[in-house]
Amino acid sequence: MSLEDASLDIVPGELLAVVGENGAGKSSLMNVLYGLYHPDAGTFLMDGKPVRLKSPRDAIARGIGMVHQHFMLVPTLTVAENVVLGREPTKRGLLDLDRACDEVAATAKRFGFQLDPRARVDTLTVGSQQKVEIVKALHRGAQVLILDEPTAVLTPQESDELAQVMRGLVQQGRTVVLISHKLKEVLGVADRVAVMRRGRTVAEVRASETTVSALASLMVGEGSRGAALTGVPVTAGPSGSDTVAAGAGTASTRSDEGTAPSGPIVLDAKDLRAKGDNGRPALQGVSLTVHAGEIVGIAGVDGNGQRELAEVLTGLRALDGGEGTLLGGPLADLTPARAKARGVGHVPEDRLARAVVKAMSVEENVALGRHRQPPFARGPWVDFKGRRERTNQLLTTYDVRPPDPTMALQAMSGGNQQKVVVARELDADPKLLVVVQPTRGLDIGAVAQVHARLREAKARGAGVVMVSLDLEEVLALSDRVYVLYEGRVTGHFPRKDLDERELGRRMLGAESDHG
Amino acid sequence: MLEVLHSLLFSTLDAAPALVFAALGAMLSERAGVVSVGVEGMMRTGAFCAAVAALAMPTPLAVLVGMVAGAGIAAVHGFLSIRWRSDQVVSGMALNLVAMAGGTFLLESLFGPNGTPAITQLSRWNVPALAHVPLLGALVGHSAPTYLALTLPFAFHLLLSRTPLGLRLRAVGDKPHAVATLGLSVSGLRWAAVLGGGLMAGLGGAVLSTAVLDRFEQHTPAGLGFMALAAMVFGRWTPLGAFAAALFFAFGNALRIGLASSAPWLLELVPQGFLLALPYLLTLLVLGLQGQRGHAPAALGTPYEQESR
Repeated sequence: MSLEDASLDIVPGELLAVVGENGAGKSSLMNVLYGLYHPDAGTFLMDGKPVRLKSPRDAIARGIGMVHQHFMLVPTLTVAENVVLGREPTKRGLLDLDRACDEVAATAKRFGFQLDPRARVDTLTVGSQQKVEIVKALHRGAQVLILDEPTAVLTPQESDELAQVMRGLVQQGRTVVLISHKLKEVLGVADRVAVMRRGRTVAEVRASETTVSALASLMVGEGSRGAALTGVPVTAGPSGSDTVAAGAGTASTRSDEGTAPSGPIVLDAKDLRAKGDNGRPALQGVSLTVHAGEIVGIAGVDGNGQRELAEVLTGLRALDGGEGTLLGGPLADLTPARAKARGVGHVPEDRLARAVVKAMSVEENVALGRHRQPPFARGPWVDFKGRRERTNQLLTTYDVRPPDPTMALQAMSGGNQQKVVVARELDADPKLLVVVQPTRGLDIGAVAQVHARLREAKARGAGVVMVSLDLEEVLALSDRVYVLYEGRVTGHFPRKDLDERELGRRMLGAESDHG
Repeated sequence: MLEVLHSLLFSTLDAAPALVFAALGAMLSERAGVVSVGVEGMMRTGAFCAAVAALAMPTPLAVLVGMVAGAGIAAVHGFLSIRWRSDQVVSGMALNLVAMAGGTFLLESLFGPNGTPAITQLSRWNVPALAHVPLLGALVGHSAPTYLALTLPFAFHLLLSRTPLGLRLRAVGDKPHAVATLGLSVSGLRWAAVLGGGLMAGLGGAVLSTAVLDRFEQHTPAGLGFMALAAMVFGRWTPLGAFAAALFFAFGNALRIGLASSAPWLLELVPQGFLLALPYLLTLLVLGLQGQRGHAPAALGTPYEQESR
């Protein structure tokens, strides 16, 4: 059940923001407005008249357009083909691609976008793809434009540009509904803010009359949460960002500003080169060092080699060139088994595909990878008792809910699945921990916990490499940050020099002048 | 030498239509995202029904019956894979087995093990004046399916690349969710492609029993459906590519027959079984050389579920 008695008023010609935690029901509510989901109960009035939206076709016909969080573009088609899909101009029964290109170019120009209608979508940057999505909706005559987490994948510069685009649309008389959980950004651009919590709309306020922390309390619902969040400070994060989850429980392990790395080197890599899945070079000479007892953030726009780097460090992807030492052994002949033997822990991006077997029980998943060692095995046999005991212990320590070792992992929420993965990897006491997007899709409580665990691993002396697309997360946790752009390091910042704008510039490929 | 070429060309053109039609049918279905391993079963059903129908009606009409029968099998595949979202490879293989066993059962219980009675073949377009002109003469003396097979790939090319329907079919095979958010029907498009593919596969089968042979035989289509799939893959899921690949495989087939008849001494060196296996070996070789399936539609084989994003 993702929506429960949610109400929303949308006023023409305004920019309304809908905020809430992950899983609060923002996307579900928007999918109802767009005719993709059908509500069990409730009414939907447009211009005072009740309306039933059976499919997106109805929504489009009534002037509602939506830009989904995960773009709904066909990557192999051109910009123009994507925009006109479903209402294609024809000449004598055949597609009139020239006219399509002209029309799309005209729409793009009218709203001030730079787009080549003949470019294939998979050659465009994420920012441009988003513009294609917006043009697609406007081309269909959208008066109300819903944007679902539009800045999640954008650099700060691209986000600024998007904010201008949204204001521009409102000035032209369109209505924009912005879904986001980035409060600072929301307050900078919205006229009005609706707050959702657990499937309900709990507040509607004017943006000019509220603050980040007031919104954050509304989102989290102070006093209404369980023990998981007790004591979590709801504050602005470092560098003035609006990180809501800044630290959990005993947040005593926060990085000290400007501390230079001092522990022994656990990873020293030079000029790493590797190919991506498509056979094209994904890493083109990446050098980095990681010391014991520090968190090294890897920032970058999605698809700039971060995933491949994490795979190289965990033995999942073969090197094409370059060399390095990882925990006393060469990097060149690393395999997953060798990485594990040397003490590499891995929290991969796609946990269902790579970290767990979702149909197996929690305790079986906890044993995976260490299933031949005590306490999970005794000789050639599974040690059921030892496994159960260790699992119970971990479930308590890591606050996994429900704490049931026999439950199939897939029956748990994403946040609890991730806690199980983190628990398993940290329980092996890794010397180098590689984590990719550790908190994607988790709610605030789980985010805080995972962050606390990463700091704990660091305090225990592990070197942590954290790849994240979430700049706030990188800023909040990292002692040092490398920026990757097109498979190269375009920036290297110690904590004291961290600056969101500069990071963003480097993420877009701006040349490095220090580091 | 010229004579050998002439006869090779002639038998290539005679053997090609079944492969071309089935390859186009499979491609149509797969471009929309529905795996089409059931094409062998659709061909067998089409071949059987056309042969039986031809006992009672003019052969061209019987070919239509074969097409509809192929589409009937495709409809079952559609129900399983579009409506009930079952595994498309398993569904297709199951249909192949059903068609294999069902064809044998019906054949033996109705007509005995030696195939259906002979029927009137589709008539051939004979031009006596041209028939003996080297090479050019190889282009005449075929029945209608051959000429259809030489033109239909271009029509399919036009359909896919230049019509709104084609654009939507390509889109639904690569990113069905994008199509759904534009208010188009994913299952409607996939149904159209699967049924169209079934008509084409049925046509391919019907051609075997009404033009290549004059009856339905026990083993028809003897793996031609799988060869058509190979042609589709080799042709990178494009109509013209599949067409060229199907011609290539048909040529391999003709080569086998040609070698056996024009160079009998070869049979003393090479076992007969090897020659029989030649087209299939060619298929394997070609697929092996091609490597990964990097050109397949992105959403191929993935059932569409609205709630997953």
